[in-house]
Amino acid sequence: MVAVRYKTAFKLYPYEKVADQDVPAPKRHPVVIVGGGPIGMGLALDLGKSGVPCLVLDDHDGVGTGSRAICFAKRTLEICDRLGCGDPMVDKGVVWNVGRVYRDEREVYNFNLLPEEGHKRPAFINLQQPYFEQFLVEEIRRQQAAGAPIEIRGKNCVTAMDQKADHVVLDIDTPDGPYRLEADYLVACDGANSPTRAMMGLDFDGRVFEDNFLIADIKMTADFPTERRFWFDPPFNRGETALLHKQPDDVWRLDFQLGWDIDREAELKPERISDRVAAMIGADIDFELVWTSIYTFRCCTMDDYRHGRVFFAGDAAHQVSPFGARGANGGMQDVDNLGWKLAAVINDGADDALLDSYHDERKLGAMENIKNSSRTADFLTPRNPAHRLFRDAVLDLVEHHAFARPLVNSGRLSQPCTYDASALNSPDALPDGPKQTRPGSPCPDAPLADGHLLDKLGGRFTVLAIGADDPGNFTIANTEIDVLTLSASDDTTGAVATRYLGQNPSAIYLIRPDQHIAARWAKCDADAINQAVARALAGKTK
Amino acid sequence: MTTLNTAPNLERADDFYAALLSAHDGLEEAEMHALNARLILVLANHIGDQTVLEAAIEAAKIPPPEAQT
Repeated sequence: MVAVRYKTAFKLYPYEKVADQDVPAPKRHPVVIVGGGPIGMGLALDLGKSGVPCLVLDDHDGVGTGSRAICFAKRTLEICDRLGCGDPMVDKGVVWNVGRVYRDEREVYNFNLLPEEGHKRPAFINLQQPYFEQFLVEEIRRQQAAGAPIEIRGKNCVTAMDQKADHVVLDIDTPDGPYRLEADYLVACDGANSPTRAMMGLDFDGRVFEDNFLIADIKMTADFPTERRFWFDPPFNRGETALLHKQPDDVWRLDFQLGWDIDREAELKPERISDRVAAMIGADIDFELVWTSIYTFRCCTMDDYRHGRVFFAGDAAHQVSPFGARGANGGMQDVDNLGWKLAAVINDGADDALLDSYHDERKLGAMENIKNSSRTADFLTPRNPAHRLFRDAVLDLVEHHAFARPLVNSGRLSQPCTYDASALNSPDALPDGPKQTRPGSPCPDAPLADGHLLDKLGGRFTVLAIGADDPGNFTIANTEIDVLTLSASDDTTGAVATRYLGQNPSAIYLIRPDQHIAARWAKCDADAINQAVARALAGKTK
Repeated sequence: MTTLNTAPNLERADDFYAALLSAHDGLEEAEMHALNARLILVLANHIGDQTVLEAAIEAAKIPPPEAQT
């Protein structure tokens, strides 16, 4: 029996019996991914496209109901572009860049998340999580048809696991009874309450925030602007906060802070929620409740994201408050980071130590997300009189003095992590190079004469030569290196020069398969490039 | 400036002090706290330098009497 933990919106991978279930000895798989949410499916797609055979086990057979995560950041869209499914997401999603903050009924502050031109993707799209997952699975299906070695098994529930020296043994329950299989590597993408983590007896520590929030996703036709609107102390939710955000299909996300001591059952009654909604949007607007939920939140992380041959990614490894959209977006950066490393070890014989760098880099990213999301929570939910005193002082001042604007914290929205000090980086050798492209940074996009820069990078190591001689061809440590040369005529807007050259006439960048910068130089030096690739694949501190 | 100046620096110390007190005249206790919180934020923005601000926060933490020598 496979227990039903939640309702599914639609089936994507119905249960089918497979040969593994009837073999006398357990079948060994190179990579098994536990959990078919956005992180598990994203990783399967990344691995499959690299030719790494992977198997996704999900204890359900489709996408869970409810909008859940709705804000997908530019970096996530860039990762999805690399995976081949950015277009349907952006086509379906609602693009937004502007946020407005109100106190009572007065606007006190607004911000534009993407003041810089020349990026293919917007700062954010809003898209219901079921769509995001569906587009990933549809791309998996296309890749499977083209021969990518990805398999998804629905209603396959892992009930026990045993880690051996060089593999992991899994017991799996199905509608046809249990079976056993083995994995060279296991990646747990099974969410904040990760059963894998529990089976391994691993801790998940952090802070619980004493506050409740009500999500009411409603369907209505209203001409409210496509902006993130956030209220402190609005007339319709006195003393608390509220959020209004547009999603596709005329669905709007309403989020009401409720406080700690609430009658949960009473607050979830549809009449009660409808009264709240009407008070917010106006009594004259017709609406229909699509999905409602009361949530509390915590900011937690595991100590280590790698345990031998088991890796943890997404909410299974770390959890944040929803403010700042750092959950799913942070998880997609885990995918981006782990995918190429597993592929390098499995396909190209890279050193196992490269896999340790997954923990090093993504723990840094997770701690950054936890820090930002905890600070937002402290602003929204003052925990003691001093917190409230200064929060209110900021809100009092912001209406009169511009300086207070940066102190208002209604969410610090997801940004990709720069892996400063990563053992994979080589020392910065571009004199006075732009800070945003220092080693460890994700490549900033830029328009080119024939498209966008990021569309030409990723999936493999790339040597990017700007205003320099063609560095020739490289194959280093079994790894084929792409070479991309750009001249002044490619840089139609000057954005490449600003973001990658600074005052230098030329630059050479070594870019990892996840579009992060591993090294940069002013001039081409084949030996230096060789050493930098070796270092980026070694994963060891030099 | 990157270090906190804890030497006497007020141009007109008594006038500043009098202005600080008179700003609190007629305020309820909660209003006094709110005024002081706003004042701290205004001054912090003027200073701007994170190192100086952190040193100032430390300087404001006077040790308890038994720890004083």
